[in-house]
Amino acid sequence: MTKITFITSDNESITVEGTSGSVMELAVNNNIKGIDGDCGGVCSCATCHVHVEPEFVAKTGEASELENDMLEFDDLTNEYSRLSCQLQVSEELDGVVFKVAK
Amino acid sequence: MSETSNQVCIIIGASHGGVNLAFNLRKEGWEGKIMIYDTDPNTPYHRPPLSKSYIVDGDLNSNLIKPLESYQKDEISLNLGKTVTSINRNQKTISIDGEADQKYDKLVIATGARPFIPPIIGIETAMNLFPMRTANDAIDIKNAIDTSEKKRVVIIGGGYIGLETAASLKKIGATVTVLERESRVLARVTVPIMSEFFMDLHQQNDVEILTQKNVISIKNDGNLNVVICDDNTSFEADVIIVGVGIRVNTELAAAAKLDILNGIKVNEFTQTNDKDIYAIGDCTYHFNLHYKCFTRLESVQNAVDQSRIAAASICGKGIVYDAIPWFWSDQYDVKLQMVGLSNGYNEVLVRKEEGESVSFSVWYFKDDELLAVDAINNGKAYVLGTRFIKGNQKIDKTKLVDVSIPMKPTSFL
Repeated sequence: MTKITFITSDNESITVEGTSGSVMELAVNNNIKGIDGDCGGVCSCATCHVHVEPEFVAKTGEASELENDMLEFDDLTNEYSRLSCQLQVSEELDGVVFKVAK
Repeated sequence: MSETSNQVCIIIGASHGGVNLAFNLRKEGWEGKIMIYDTDPNTPYHRPPLSKSYIVDGDLNSNLIKPLESYQKDEISLNLGKTVTSINRNQKTISIDGEADQKYDKLVIATGARPFIPPIIGIETAMNLFPMRTANDAIDIKNAIDTSEKKRVVIIGGGYIGLETAASLKKIGATVTVLERESRVLARVTVPIMSEFFMDLHQQNDVEILTQKNVISIKNDGNLNVVICDDNTSFEADVIIVGVGIRVNTELAAAAKLDILNGIKVNEFTQTNDKDIYAIGDCTYHFNLHYKCFTRLESVQNAVDQSRIAAASICGKGIVYDAIPWFWSDQYDVKLQMVGLSNGYNEVLVRKEEGESVSFSVWYFKDDELLAVDAINNGKAYVLGTRFIKGNQKIDKTKLVDVSIPMKPTSFL
């Protein structure tokens, strides 16, 4: 089990557990506010935008070109921005904290 | 106790619109019962991946709109494999499979659409012939291919469904021929340059696409289908996929005397002409505020957005539907993203990015107004196009097509 924490825009901290699928799916399955994943996880809608807490950036790796394109002009984008549908739940992500961007 | 706690909201249709509506009702504070009905027996799933990745990896459980536990947690009663057969507006009840009247206070019709099966001679007796709309269709197609020795597939119709299915079936080892009646693929939905791009893409991937092929009959000798066109050409097929468009599921609504006009007619709150009956998603004929026109959309975006509007309205908060439509398609390693409605355009500009990988965008204008953007492997064009359309941004067209100017929010002003 991988534990992942989401901090919503209301500053609510919610820790959930998962074994597979994307971080977006994990969030949607746990009704994390602000993560919708309308396109089903194919990097098409940008409704699953999160900011990786800086100390965990090494664990989440680099965004793809398309993902960066989707994020680049968003007002809420910063250097820690990711689309959570592009992050796979794995042991590597255990303990990682994401702030929901909206 | 809130005023909704003794009430019942019934949702007909458990796809993107219906399911999101149920959860949105809880978010908006609906305390009464929520009951969803659908003929489809499968736990509600994301539909777009069916023709894209699902045929290839085939795992329905990784494709659910919500996990089953979420329905329990939100006390949403999911009634699958059950068909709503009538709506009685006077009694405010529905019949399920012809009996067991169930009372509602609010009713939402999210019945979507079904594949159109054209009246081709011999289509009823063809073997291994499938549409591509439901999870069961995708499973049936995959099984038919897996058990076929020669795996020859004929796809009737070169629209998005046909082309996405072609790309997916190629990945699982099928030999694929697409027969399109018009002179180009995607003729109904896009401009010639896009049609040419997708035609080339499929040919590079060894999928045969033939245009001006009007299928008139299908012969079946028990082991093999032969698909025959009106120019006397014929194609042997172990599996046939039909992707020639949809018919909107308006029958229930029509029988209940709700207003129908190219879909179930709804107002800006997704309400029908009966104040306690709403309709959302592919089955609705609704007004788009931005484009100032009535439209019917076949899209996840519209279903999901309308589910939010309907939930708010049912819970007494009037939010007006005001969305810019968007769509996407994945074929091979190409991502197409579309935003806006291009109807009525009188000028099309193409911006082709420099560099080794293919990336371009097609911009549809009506005079100075940007109507829509189609972006191939170009998320920036899609995102900026969305922003420009929403903001009614006037664009310098000369700058737009000058690829030496980088794509930035202020580049084309």
